Amino acid sequence: MTDDNPAQAGPQRNARRGPPPPPPSRRFDWRAAAAPAAIGAVSVVVVFGALSWIVTSAEQWPRIKLQFFNIDAMVAAFPRVLRGFWVNMQVWLTVLACILVWALVLAIVRSLRAPWFAPFRLMVVIYIDLFRGVPVLLLVLLFGFGIPALNLPGLPNSGLFWGSVAMVLSYASYVAEIYRSGIDAVHEGQRAAAKSLGLSEWQTLRYAILPQALRNVVPALMNIVVALQKDVALLSVIGVRDAVREAQIYTASTFNYSSLIVAAGLFLLATVPMARLADYLTRRDRERRLQVAG
Amino acid sequence: MTTPMIEIDTVTKYFGDKLVLDRVSLTVNPHEVVCLIGASGSGKSTLLRCVNRLVEHDYGTIRLDGVAVEDTAFGKTGLQKRAGIVFQSYNLFPHMTVLDNITLAPRRVHGVARAEAEARGREVLTRFGMGDFAVSYPEQLSGGQQQRVAIARALMTRPDVLLLDEITAALDPELVGEVLAIIRGLKDEGMTMMIVTHEMGFARECADKVAFLDGGTILEEDAPERLFGSPRKARTRAFLQRIVESGRL
Repeated sequence: MTDDNPAQAGPQRNARRGPPPPPPSRRFDWRAAAAPAAIGAVSVVVVFGALSWIVTSAEQWPRIKLQFFNIDAMVAAFPRVLRGFWVNMQVWLTVLACILVWALVLAIVRSLRAPWFAPFRLMVVIYIDLFRGVPVLLLVLLFGFGIPALNLPGLPNSGLFWGSVAMVLSYASYVAEIYRSGIDAVHEGQRAAAKSLGLSEWQTLRYAILPQALRNVVPALMNIVVALQKDVALLSVIGVRDAVREAQIYTASTFNYSSLIVAAGLFLLATVPMARLADYLTRRDRERRLQVAG
Repeated sequence: MTTPMIEIDTVTKYFGDKLVLDRVSLTVNPHEVVCLIGASGSGKSTLLRCVNRLVEHDYGTIRLDGVAVEDTAFGKTGLQKRAGIVFQSYNLFPHMTVLDNITLAPRRVHGVARAEAEARGREVLTRFGMGDFAVSYPEQLSGGQQQRVAIARALMTRPDVLLLDEITAALDPELVGEVLAIIRGLKDEGMTMMIVTHEMGFARECADKVAFLDGGTILEEDAPERLFGSPRKARTRAFLQRIVESGRL
């Protein structure tokens, strides 16, 4: 190869003049972005338009519309369904708070390794097996109807209370397992460091392990939070006047199901943002982990 | 004759059926620096961890300043107060600031008041060139900086002995120096140290005594110039030869 090889001339000249300038900043190109956006919009309109045309042109559509999407019935049922939904939200938040605390107690008891803790560890294992293995609906019926029927002195007699207790007991068994997976996921070196500093087992958990474990499980917990938001409606089977119950009552008197669609809309209004939040937290958590790993 | 600071007497340790330490004896006198070298799996880290009971040995005795490490005289936390340890992967608590990391044990374990613990914490950090990072989080620091914080954490309770477990093995080569400089400084102050290391140059320069472990036993134990200069055992020679070939001596 000779010195005036054109393939070598470029880099050599650059080396003499210093590094090349930074590339021009990429501005958002409307013309380049317009075509895909337009195609996307058109195809969405076409597909959804076709679907809705197929549905609404069906012979039974007027009847479906009358039964499920009757605007007058919706307006009439809305206030009471909304009042019921407010009950859902209150129960949801209260039950959620109880679950998070109770499950943490279960997870801590299960992860303490001291030998005299063995009976308590065993109790937690049995508890989790029991409550995870039984349908929530069954527990709600059992607690919500069964316990008030006993008329236990000194204890509340309301179905709402005992149904909520059933939800807490059941959901806590799942959440306790989530906490435990978070505790187990903390690196063993953290325990070694805490132990070498003289921290007791409880102090190790309290100061070193749990803060990291709880942060690790936020995405998994968010899914439980969303699931619980809907499952609170199970309390309607024991007569709690929540959104579903109120809608049912309206349906029973009018034979129109639009009120249930109203309830469904309210649930979606609450759960969709929560699900998006859960996605966002999960993504942020993954990015954080990648950063730490990198 | 003074009491040895660490006296390891025919210590044996099994992991399940696997013999990891086989009747090991080693003495570390006050202000002495003893380096443990050897291939991975030779038992050197396990031996180190037996001293502060992160690992419980099965047979034999380990005495710290004349008292067996499992003796109740140490109470629940006395041993950890007198023997600090630094790990290969730093093991700082990632959710705590640097200052909280190093004041955790003094405050929560030894009941030192917050103000007092933090004053001492800042003093130790400043000494190690980390004074500006008191409120940083570990992940914001370089590996060398994290390891300096980990050393500070181990020194907060003014231990008599410092145990160092391959503390430079996870560091980028250009960061090793800053950590070893601190260890040299501690040696000059008379700190008793037991050091597991692959930095043969450092061991040669800093150690009063080097012990070569192989298959759970101390095969050879000598002053560094003798052990590195004219090893007596063939296995020691072979190990050092491999180190030389990899360019680490």
